[in-house]
Amino acid sequence: MKRTSPDVLPAEGGHGDHPLLAVDNLHVEFRTRAGVVRAVNGVSYTVNPGETLAVLGESGSGKSVTAQAIMGILDMPPAVIPKGEIRFRGTDLLKLSEEARTQVRGQRIAMIFQDALSALNPVFTVGWQISEMFRVHRGMSKSDGMKKAVELMDRVRIPAARQRVNDYPHQFSGGMRQRIMIAMSIALDPEVLIADEPTTALDVTVQAQIMELLADLQRESQMGLILITHDLGVVADVADKIAVMYAGRIVENAPVHDIYRAPAHPYTKGLLESIPRVDLKGQDLYAIKGLPPNLLELPTGCAFHPRCPYRQDNCVTDSPPLYQISGWRGSACHYWREVLDGEQ
Amino acid sequence: MGRYIIRRLLQSIPVLLGATLLIFAIVFALPGDPIAALAGEKRADPNIVAILREQYHLNDPLLLQYWHYISGVLFRFDFGVTFAQVPVSQIMAGKFQVTLNLAVTALLIEAFIGVGLGLWAALRRGKATDTMILASTLLLISVPTLVSGFILQFILGVKLKQWTGLDIFPIAGISNGLRSYLLPGFVLAGVSIAYLTRLTRTSLAETLRADFIRTATAKGLSRRRVVGRHALRNALIPLITFLGADLGNLMGGAVITERIFNLPGIGLQLFDSVYLREQPVVVGIVTILVLIYILANLVVDVMYAVLDPRIRYE
Repeated sequence: MKRTSPDVLPAEGGHGDHPLLAVDNLHVEFRTRAGVVRAVNGVSYTVNPGETLAVLGESGSGKSVTAQAIMGILDMPPAVIPKGEIRFRGTDLLKLSEEARTQVRGQRIAMIFQDALSALNPVFTVGWQISEMFRVHRGMSKSDGMKKAVELMDRVRIPAARQRVNDYPHQFSGGMRQRIMIAMSIALDPEVLIADEPTTALDVTVQAQIMELLADLQRESQMGLILITHDLGVVADVADKIAVMYAGRIVENAPVHDIYRAPAHPYTKGLLESIPRVDLKGQDLYAIKGLPPNLLELPTGCAFHPRCPYRQDNCVTDSPPLYQISGWRGSACHYWREVLDGEQ
Repeated sequence: MGRYIIRRLLQSIPVLLGATLLIFAIVFALPGDPIAALAGEKRADPNIVAILREQYHLNDPLLLQYWHYISGVLFRFDFGVTFAQVPVSQIMAGKFQVTLNLAVTALLIEAFIGVGLGLWAALRRGKATDTMILASTLLLISVPTLVSGFILQFILGVKLKQWTGLDIFPIAGISNGLRSYLLPGFVLAGVSIAYLTRLTRTSLAETLRADFIRTATAKGLSRRRVVGRHALRNALIPLITFLGADLGNLMGGAVITERIFNLPGIGLQLFDSVYLREQPVVVGIVTILVLIYILANLVVDVMYAVLDPRIRYE
């Protein structure tokens, strides 16, 4: 399908009334031989400059697929986007031509991946890989690009950057590799950075350093940060707001502190209760009962109803809308009031 | 790296000695007396037989005979003489050139067609082109050289000339310079082309699924650059191994092709020498083949380290 639409994107700072990035009612399906996998079913969220949105959810909840749809790196086919918009400064990216999309990708919206060892090309030096951004997108010479690469490696606090710029990815530790990944992604000062589980493959101490680095970089550049994670612990300190995803939908969104204080969706509540706590040492860990939903055959009504302690008859038949609780706070549960009040 | 290469070369000495001893012993064990065979139907004069047996050390035990031979090769670079008093090195010199020409031609054809088709198929995965390429490789694998050789010789060598008057592919012999090797080279490469095509296709398709390819795409690079720079370099690594090891196979496997196209290479010579029980020639040819095999593998290993920085030999 040839899309016909403006190929011109508003410059940075233009269209002040639009959010930086707005995902609106996004649907993504994978048409496989086994059937249609509905990975994302109507996700909406926004990110503004300098803001950090944490997208929380278990594997298969659609959080990474949403991110890949924003980047435009889904394999299409089998992926199809039947509905929805991804507006970057007011322009729907999904309606852009492939060339215009390539101009956005990496330069204005960048992404870092979970496992930096496999996400970096093993046969090129890290300097080559970072400087490629400048050579390809800015037409810089090899040596200027390398200088920039050293600067960036300094900026993400890689010790002895000048000596290490000609090393290969496998010669770095996991944390350092992730820093290189970050250096590469921020090379061209993107306005939005998507971090897909950036710390999952790392040691706990290194995790904290990487999160700190991301937070610092964001403060310096005022980019919008989308932090995808399944780890509630990572989120608390750095995120401004949280969107919790389940079975391809956002089941709850809220400013970060509200959600920790009083979750408004049974799934979020279950997640919070499953965090190990020092004061409950020795007791059994809480686990949400049941299994994650089969995306080939989603449950009727609310997708969470088979596992939900608050379930009523209408949950099986009626899919709950995202009820607006207040400002930027919503819950896709018919009984959010009861959940919020802690009644059961 | 330098130390690694030297170590590898030193390691090749026992391999070489073992291989030659093995061949030497096998030829030694062949029934029949080579001196008696020289005389043909007549009974040879026992005195002459005795002199010849002495001259060629044929009365010595196996290991001593082997020593006579191998010390000449190692210390004087002398591969000995045939019973007709022709130096073995002289017999081999021109013939190795022919087989080397043939094998290198085959290797080049294999590399270009195999890698080319494989890449094409990988980039059109699941489409008609891909299926067609895969089907034709299967056909290529199933047809033995003996059959494909004669068919191509007939169609391209004989019929093409009759139909068009153009003499593109000589039917046999090496009197047309390097052009003589095109058709035999293709026949010799045949099965290898099919394997290489499949290997290339798998290798590139697998590489294209790698995480770093997703990263390259997310960097905003063009598809061309993602495939051409980021994927290709990685996908090539296993192909180099295959090609290097295949050079040895092509040289050793040239016997049939040389027969069909009447190329005076070592394949033909080896066949004749085994038949005539010319031990020095057989062992000499095999020794050099083993050497080429070892060197080709060494080159492969060095290339490997050049292409894949994760591999370091020390």
